[in-house]
Amino acid sequence: MSTTVQEPKVLTTDDAILGFVDCDVHPYTKSPADLDAFLPERWRKLRQSIGNRSRSAFVGAPNYPRMSPGVGMRMDSWPADGGHPGSDLAMMREQLLDAFNVSFGMMMPLLGRGGDERNVEFGAALCTAANDWEAQVWCDQEPRLKAAIQITTEYTEAAIKEIEKRAGDRRFTHVMIPPRGLEPLGRRRYWPILEACAANGFPIALHLGGTSGHPSTGGGWPSFYHEEHPSYPQSKEALVTSLVTEGVFEHLPNLRVALVEGGFAWLPSLSWRLDKHYRRLRDEVPHLKMLPSEYIRRNIWVTTQPIEEPEHPEDLITTCEWIGWDRIMFSTDYPHWDQDDPRYAFKSKVPEKEKRMLYRENALSFYNLTA
Amino acid sequence: MARHVVATVGEIPVGGKKVVNPAGREICVFNVNGEHYALINRCPHEGAALSYGHVLGCFESKRPGEYQLTRQGEMLRCPWHGWEFDIKTGQSWCHPESVKARSYKVEVVPGEVLAKGPFVAETVQVKIDGEYVVVEV
Repeated sequence: MSTTVQEPKVLTTDDAILGFVDCDVHPYTKSPADLDAFLPERWRKLRQSIGNRSRSAFVGAPNYPRMSPGVGMRMDSWPADGGHPGSDLAMMREQLLDAFNVSFGMMMPLLGRGGDERNVEFGAALCTAANDWEAQVWCDQEPRLKAAIQITTEYTEAAIKEIEKRAGDRRFTHVMIPPRGLEPLGRRRYWPILEACAANGFPIALHLGGTSGHPSTGGGWPSFYHEEHPSYPQSKEALVTSLVTEGVFEHLPNLRVALVEGGFAWLPSLSWRLDKHYRRLRDEVPHLKMLPSEYIRRNIWVTTQPIEEPEHPEDLITTCEWIGWDRIMFSTDYPHWDQDDPRYAFKSKVPEKEKRMLYRENALSFYNLTA
Repeated sequence: MARHVVATVGEIPVGGKKVVNPAGREICVFNVNGEHYALINRCPHEGAALSYGHVLGCFESKRPGEYQLTRQGEMLRCPWHGWEFDIKTGQSWCHPESVKARSYKVEVVPGEVLAKGPFVAETVQVKIDGEYVVVEV
């Protein structure tokens, strides 16, 4: 193996990084009870008496091995008041928003878990509550933070209603869907939801997560977190393939989809494989009018974290060229343990023009943000 | 280079650490089993403040199902991505990627079970001057 010694870098102020758009920021409640204030009484009572019931085997614990020490959080991100990392706006400003003069932080809240809820009416209520919490507790205090519209894809009418309700509210910029769902997202029964996203101009952020009851890898349940972590791209690969082959992008050519927290270096090889088989198996999918890679190039964006770290760092630059620099957006994943620092994540030099696209311009355009 | 008194002997307990900032350079001073060592307080991987990391030992394993905890108190785990650094030398350590790399290592450096990682945290010279812990930067 390589034992090349890498010299520590000197801290620099890089104009192209300052003012960046962070495409994956996690706000948390100070206490789980904080969401109760946003729930109607019926659901507040149910939350206290019955609680969440996801499709996983366990209640109150993840069904795959997690996390790193520090409960999966950056160990320097625990607020002094004992709250959860990501729950203190002042600290988030100090460690992220002000530290890098962040222009916008795209929030991907992982609480409420409405999308995982088996009682879909309760799930829809949890999503609405979490969305109101984002808007009022975060966006109204810090306009640089932009809210995700959380929905449950298993309750079509409620999901569409929630999307339409938030349309026109500039605090909300994207619809967030966990990739580990009951069925791959391209299936017809999800099309009305996808249509509502496109019709209302909302891009979709497929952020890692979801408890479907299926093992998190195609080969069964992992034993180690080390084994679970690299399964993140697997769910993205399944959904990209589903969205393309089901014909979603033929039906909705304007739908924009970002893959969040799954890395990106795997996307070119998936595109090559899909194109190869399209030439052999196109009779089965005659509704596709372009090569799969052309739909991917048009409709799919990627975010960088958790960034791949190849043995030869310059290989990652080549990978970005294969994907297309106009489709890659930087993300930190603050405050999680495996978050990336915008100064050091790329270990090889990104050209200046591409750097501006990667850290800022692509995301401004993708999320319809006005700088 | 100038000498800076940063602590008194006994101030930092065994297994403890103290962040100091002489001459504008943030440094983390450690007491490893009675000896003092210091690292620049920045991880060479992505820049985390190393002082938030846990001080621990080193897990080694010759084969699945067998492990031993060695070098208790001599390793620092980065608070972000978990890179492990030898507090005494700043060298990062990780498990060998393959059997080939491991056997190669054992032949060249007998007894070495772990492979060096790609990063080295910057070390700072620490001296004891009477009752004081002194760093040179």
